[in-house]
Amino acid sequence: MLNLTSANPIVEIDHLSYWYDSSFLSLDDISFVMEQADLLGIIGPNGAGKTTLFNCILGILPDYRGNVKLFGKEIMKNRKVLLSKVGYVPQHASIEQSFPANIEEIVSFGLLGSLEKFSRSYAKDQVHKAMQIVGLIDKKNKRFNELSGGQQQRVLIAKAMVHNPKLLILDEPTSGIDEDAQDKFYDLIRKLNAEEKISIILSSHDLDAISKLANKVACINRKMHFHGDAKDFFGDENMLKTYYESSMQAHLRLHQFNAKSNPQNVPST
Amino acid sequence: MTLLEILEFGFMQRALISGIAVATICSAIGLFLVLRKHSLFGDAMSHVAFGGLSIGLFLNLYPIWTAYAFTLIAALGITKMTDSIKIPPDSSVAILLSSGLAIGIVLISLSGGYSLDLFSFLFGSILLISTQDTITIVFLSISVLSIIAIMYRRLMYITFDDTQARVSGINVKFANYVFIVLAAITVVTSIRLVGVLLISALIVLPNITAILFGKGFKKTAVISVGIAVASVVLGIIISYLANVAPAGAIVLTSVAIFLCTIVTREIRKSIRSGKITEPTVHNRSH
Repeated sequence: MLNLTSANPIVEIDHLSYWYDSSFLSLDDISFVMEQADLLGIIGPNGAGKTTLFNCILGILPDYRGNVKLFGKEIMKNRKVLLSKVGYVPQHASIEQSFPANIEEIVSFGLLGSLEKFSRSYAKDQVHKAMQIVGLIDKKNKRFNELSGGQQQRVLIAKAMVHNPKLLILDEPTSGIDEDAQDKFYDLIRKLNAEEKISIILSSHDLDAISKLANKVACINRKMHFHGDAKDFFGDENMLKTYYESSMQAHLRLHQFNAKSNPQNVPST
Repeated sequence: MTLLEILEFGFMQRALISGIAVATICSAIGLFLVLRKHSLFGDAMSHVAFGGLSIGLFLNLYPIWTAYAFTLIAALGITKMTDSIKIPPDSSVAILLSSGLAIGIVLISLSGGYSLDLFSFLFGSILLISTQDTITIVFLSISVLSIIAIMYRRLMYITFDDTQARVSGINVKFANYVFIVLAAITVVTSIRLVGVLLISALIVLPNITAILFGKGFKKTAVISVGIAVASVVLGIIISYLANVAPAGAIVLTSVAIFLCTIVTREIRKSIRSGKITEPTVHNRSH
């Protein structure tokens, strides 16, 4: 099922495993290759290891086993150079809502990772261009918490792409956002991939959106269950059945874990 | 006595110069501490500084230098511990605060009770600042501010989201250590003016007030410095005119500005939502 040879690889993951505190196996022997201009959807239940996978790709968790390459080079040996070509949007919940910076200031954070030297006016132009692409130029003086959930995600996209990255990594970017805003957000993702030629990795529980957006899918639940063309995954009923079954198992596992760690908070039914 | 006459006194000039310098660094460092939800870290470090001052007084060394050394070592040590054995930030504050105070109390009891020097460090002695002290305070304040100015965008990004900052290639660990050193220097430098017990008010109150204005980060920082400087200047003048303790007057002025801002904000909100109707607005609507 896995094809690890590619002419133009953006991301190469080879036999990647990760243990938390040397005891909890979060990723077990994951391998896949992502090519240029791919829009790869990563799906899997809560606790499947999606965020851990991103953290390994980004070098945030350096103590993994296996190999992680970005643009053909080992991430841990060339981290700063490689990450200057990557934009990252974390899960919505991790952002501090009361932060007093305005949108223009937040988008400009994205330039701090750039290795190029540039003038103040160039930086300002880049920030304005990014805000224009995500359709928020008129909100530049607003504070982060004055925007809706969908608009906040677009701010983070603008920040992630202000330094012209080749790869965007989006970790469950639409969780907690209403459907209307989700549609607008997915239109933007499609546009960035098609028009700006940015390779995108997107994790989500929204199978419908992944089926419409992604050309490649990776289904993980600690292990890799599927990697290949999106149409092959979504066209195969057995695959979908396996996905839902493993989601249910993961949900039960989480429930049992919560029951063990805090019995009073678990409903009796 | 007019304001100009008050300003002619040398001790008042030194107090105002030192006060403005300290107010500026306290509000600059405090903005990051408040936004990182580490408001009490300043309080914890001031208690560690109290331990350091006691060591100096006990060993007959210049207490402010032992306070700098002890606070820097403790702040870096606790940051290292928090990093490596994952102590929650509020617990590290509790450890710093209680151990600093405990060392101070033990050394005071060993040396036979409170000395006048220690008392002035506990409650501040801004009107007794010497010319040499003023020069040191201004020099340290300019140094702290210069480093913040160089690192300000990186610190802002780390405060916003340290994971994203790390992904952007920022050395978050190094930046945090530098920040802790700056915070420790700021706290010890400020102790002579407002004292161990009130320093955290000068770090927290101007920033909490400035955040209420709801502007961008840069404007919030400028407003905060403005409030801190106004609190110190007004506090010193009020303390002189009313013959009350300057540190208390400074903090109470800061509290008054905070309360006035909240009340003004609530009145404005009520006017906007129609709960309070201004006569002119009422007439216009009809």
